[in-house]
Amino acid sequence: MELTRRGFLKLSGAVGASSALGLNFKPVNAYAAELSKSNRIKSSKQYTTICAYCSCGCGLICSVDNLTGKIFNIEGDPENPINEGALCAKGAGFFDLTEANKHRLTKVRYRAPYSDKWEEKDWDWAFSRIARLVKDTRDKDFVTTNAQGRLVNRTESIAHLGSSNIDNEECWLISQSVRAMGLVYIDHQARV
Amino acid sequence: MTNHYIDLKNSDVILIMGSNAAEHHPLAFKWIMRAKDAGARVIHVDPRYTRTSARCDYHVPIRSGTDIAFLGGMIKYIIEGNKFFRDYVVNYTNASFLVNPDFSFEDGLFSGYDAQKRSYNKETWTFQKDGNGIPLKDPTLKHPQCVFQLLKQHYSRYTLDKVSSITGVSKENLLKVYEEYSATGAPDKAGTECYALGWTHHTSGSQNIRTMSIIQLLLGNMGIAGGGINALRGEPNVQGSTDHCILYGNLPGYLKMPTASLATLEQYLTKNTPTSSDPQSANYYQNYPNFFVSWLKSLYGDAATPENGFGYSWLPKLEDGKHYSQLHLFDRMYEGAIKGLFAYGTDPAVSSPNTKKTRKALEKLDWLVCANIFDNETASFWFGPGVDPKQVKTEVFLLPAAATMEKEGSQSNSGRWVQWKYKAVTPPGDAISCGDIQIRMMDAIKALYAKEGGPSAEPILNLKWNYKDIDGNMDVLKVSKQINGYWEADVEVTENGAKKIMNKGGLVPTFGMLRSDGTTSCGNWIMSGSFGADGENKMARRGKEDPTGLGLYPNWSFVWPVNRRIIYNRASCDINGKPYNPKRNILEWKDGKWVGDVPDGPWPPMADKEKGKYPFIMKVDGVASLFGPAMAEGPFPEHYEPLEGPLAKNPLSSQLINPTIELFSSDLDQVANASDKFPYVCTTYSCTEHWCSGALTRWQAWLLEMQPELYVEISEELARELEIANGSKVKVSSARGEAACIAMVTKRFKPFTIEGRTVHQVGLPFNYGWLYPEDGSDSTNFLTPTVGDANTFCPEYKAFMVNVTRR
Repeated sequence: MELTRRGFLKLSGAVGASSALGLNFKPVNAYAAELSKSNRIKSSKQYTTICAYCSCGCGLICSVDNLTGKIFNIEGDPENPINEGALCAKGAGFFDLTEANKHRLTKVRYRAPYSDKWEEKDWDWAFSRIARLVKDTRDKDFVTTNAQGRLVNRTESIAHLGSSNIDNEECWLISQSVRAMGLVYIDHQARV
Repeated sequence: MTNHYIDLKNSDVILIMGSNAAEHHPLAFKWIMRAKDAGARVIHVDPRYTRTSARCDYHVPIRSGTDIAFLGGMIKYIIEGNKFFRDYVVNYTNASFLVNPDFSFEDGLFSGYDAQKRSYNKETWTFQKDGNGIPLKDPTLKHPQCVFQLLKQHYSRYTLDKVSSITGVSKENLLKVYEEYSATGAPDKAGTECYALGWTHHTSGSQNIRTMSIIQLLLGNMGIAGGGINALRGEPNVQGSTDHCILYGNLPGYLKMPTASLATLEQYLTKNTPTSSDPQSANYYQNYPNFFVSWLKSLYGDAATPENGFGYSWLPKLEDGKHYSQLHLFDRMYEGAIKGLFAYGTDPAVSSPNTKKTRKALEKLDWLVCANIFDNETASFWFGPGVDPKQVKTEVFLLPAAATMEKEGSQSNSGRWVQWKYKAVTPPGDAISCGDIQIRMMDAIKALYAKEGGPSAEPILNLKWNYKDIDGNMDVLKVSKQINGYWEADVEVTENGAKKIMNKGGLVPTFGMLRSDGTTSCGNWIMSGSFGADGENKMARRGKEDPTGLGLYPNWSFVWPVNRRIIYNRASCDINGKPYNPKRNILEWKDGKWVGDVPDGPWPPMADKEKGKYPFIMKVDGVASLFGPAMAEGPFPEHYEPLEGPLAKNPLSSQLINPTIELFSSDLDQVANASDKFPYVCTTYSCTEHWCSGALTRWQAWLLEMQPELYVEISEELARELEIANGSKVKVSSARGEAACIAMVTKRFKPFTIEGRTVHQVGLPFNYGWLYPEDGSDSTNFLTPTVGDANTFCPEYKAFMVNVTRR
């Protein structure tokens, strides 16, 4: 969702300008940088999101630069009644979860049996290999009936863990599909 | 949470026990401070003095793992001191119900215990019933076999001396908390409890929470503004992931996973649909078949028909009485029985208990599929400390996932607020969302089964899986609308007395309209109503109106169920529907209808003997359970020592540990109770700057700089005894493993006096792993045991025994 620019940015800009009358130019430069960021925010596209750490559900606003298409600022959403714009240390550092963090994974990595290194692969290769492994394991170990001869239709040798750190719609797709595969060892962070 | 975060501001007394809210839920703590500013008392009961303690009125130190003893003493204080809210207890709980005369409790065990199976036969944990099958009651609460009298008798053993000796809390402190908290038993006072992992991470976790629930019911604190039992949950969508049940025992919406003995749909529905003979009990779960059949329709689509039992036979069936939790999963993996693992957005090589066992188990996998935004110790286990990659057979995939702001969807907070998020940018490089990963992987698996066939191919081929947009990407609205539910046929319904046709393909407006004949499909009944029939996405609402002034914000997001902000809210009113506390009026029966929050059902209040209903509509008897026979350990919580503790004998009975916990017995499951080798009680926790295993936060320079490495907090007294200096290098060890760390000598821990002798407690954060930062600390869970709660199998991370030595 796109939001209009918020009033408090105007206010902080005005405060910055009047303080610039002092003789120490360090703050002037800092305020200038802040003003320039404010201007970027004015012309940016803004999207609301929800924090990805604890379960308070604090609102955040991501500002996306029109020219680069990248997020350049994330801050608390003052409209959200839960956090009223405030954030904790982790929430305030949310920008470091974006692609600006050099540690983000950007390629499919594969490690072959007994290998000592990762290799880069493409998605098609990975999905077709994973599907092969799932089918071979499931077909080999599938339990149709239990010791009492009752129909149980389950796959005991494949397990699924996670996640409480993805969206509801993703959770639901996982929940549905692991049942279709017959999995019973299914769990996630709600337990641990 | 029965209530929600903003509602904490409406409380008169806030007991924070099992949580360090200021450091782990800082924005929740803001609402606690709002209450304090308005005059509320805020109490912190915790083994360690934290920043939460610093902002509370006072802090009460307690030995880890003794919460039931502490709270049991409060139940005794409330009952014997006549501090309970009599009207509420008589009308809204099962206090007056007469219990089976064969039910008993003796020396730590309830009737029906089977020592070999470590479980109970619950046939005596029942109520006496009249000829119509309605429980017999004594509203005077004087009958010796009524729940209230049995409760009183049970907790009469929890004397101040006994409780103080077990918990290490002074009698003065016990009385101070008991007196202040039980003052909320007045009709116009609200007390709330905030807990977190400090209560769930125990072999007695669910009974900790139940003991507090009993207190809240005795004081009339459930269903009211500023009241309730409030879990401050630790992950951003842990409420949603639990609601959608990525869990072995439940299906979406907490429907029960079928077991082998329930061979047919009919047998399954009979077993899981409760019946009540009491015309005043709404017994809302009588609608179970509507929810379950509609879910089967969402799973198998048109392939689910009345003729094939809507595909019930295709579902996997659990073995009766067997569990499949994360503890069991890694135990079986260590045995070599699990060959393939999916691990999305999770780092069990750090976060699972008994790290040595967990990491050895991973080496036995044939294949492992991880999806994350950063690398972690699970995906990279094959080159971890002490592991030779050339000896590890596992084929490993590490799939790059989208971060939260790179995808659209909804997320549910602990207060059940389902808020909508928007996609700000596309993910970097080849990264895609976990939803896209699951869709494309399942497409590939379905294609293989279509081509080659295989055992039980039907559930895979018949899985309804049409959730892509025209570009082949996940269409999040298609998914969320299926979760909400559709009409699968043209159906005539009666709404407000008028007949109306609901058209096939339209959205179901509420779960009250779901049907068991296959004419509706619904992916998760509790989320039904998240879309309006007109297609409005209620999760995306941003209305700021607050008509009650109590912070309900009914037009901000969607709250399940049916946008009800405070559950059990009918219990905030007397039996005539008048609010017990007119100053905090969330609901009132006025001129023949409910006004305020969305009520727990439309029926009149219970004084209307003809049409009225009891307030706890999800309970079969319509009232809340002081006597709770669903629990594994017994209907009343009882104190047992942790699996590992400082005592060789339980001061309350001959049962040292919880008699119903499952004991794991691999060669890596060593236990050392009351051992000289491991003399100190240990607990674990997080910090503000890291999150869980640190799998996200350790990769962030700003946060890592604030909290760079593992430390152990030890008291000044223990440090003197062990000649350990603040900042020196030490080793913490348990029967299972070791953690190298830095000593933090602090006033925050103080020695306890337990059963007449000094017992020291220490604590460590659990946010570190070997992969990053390089040359940093490793997992604290090398120390923790593979054991969990008897009901939930939440692991015991909070009370076990260690030694601390210099290195």
